[in-house]
Amino acid sequence: MSISIDSMFVHKMWNDHELTKMVDGGVPFPMLSDAGGQIGALYGVFNEAAGVENRGRFIIDPDGVCQGYEVLTPPVGRNVNETIRQVQAFQLVRASKGTEATPAGWRPGKNTLKPGVNLVGNVWKEWDTSMAND
Amino acid sequence: MSEELEPGCTRPTGGPIVAETADEAATAPADAAPVKERTMIHVGEKVPDFRAAGYHEGAFVEKQLSDYLGKWVLLCFYPGDFTYV
Repeated sequence: MSISIDSMFVHKMWNDHELTKMVDGGVPFPMLSDAGGQIGALYGVFNEAAGVENRGRFIIDPDGVCQGYEVLTPPVGRNVNETIRQVQAFQLVRASKGTEATPAGWRPGKNTLKPGVNLVGNVWKEWDTSMAND
Repeated sequence: MSEELEPGCTRPTGGPIVAETADEAATAPADAAPVKERTMIHVGEKVPDFRAAGYHEGAFVEKQLSDYLGKWVLLCFYPGDFTYV
């Protein structure tokens, strides 16, 4: 879901008049209003000087635990593919109940690591620097 | 999961959920003290709950983050509607 200091009325106008021209059917998730920035302040992303939220993106797991976040100043947009990759990695780790971890550069289909005594000093056998890149 | 809001001249807003019980939570956002500390939340810890008015699938709704327990949630803050990025 998305959230900004704009009112739900502005969200409606933005969605109905502009975003529907970019996305068929409009935005599929709730567009929330944080007038006053209290929620943003609670999460640490409200920019008091500018009176708006910074670009904060939080990955929250099914237990309500924050697994990761990224905060950017307003002029630079996010990379959706990287966000999705991180969610996939956290979902894999959760499904494995912590028996697997995803090394740098992991994406679906690439090898995971199985943390344990035998892996200490042996990561080089499982992973090399070329795997850090796509 | 959410209640539909009637359009009106007021600007419905939400806020942090500071009370434990449902009755207290219903009145909490209006009297909740403004948050002054400038601290980030922490990874590996539970995120603070909140409720907020919003627009979803053609209706004005009120959402509470904890209604989504059991699902993965991406919460994205951004500077403003009708901006460029």
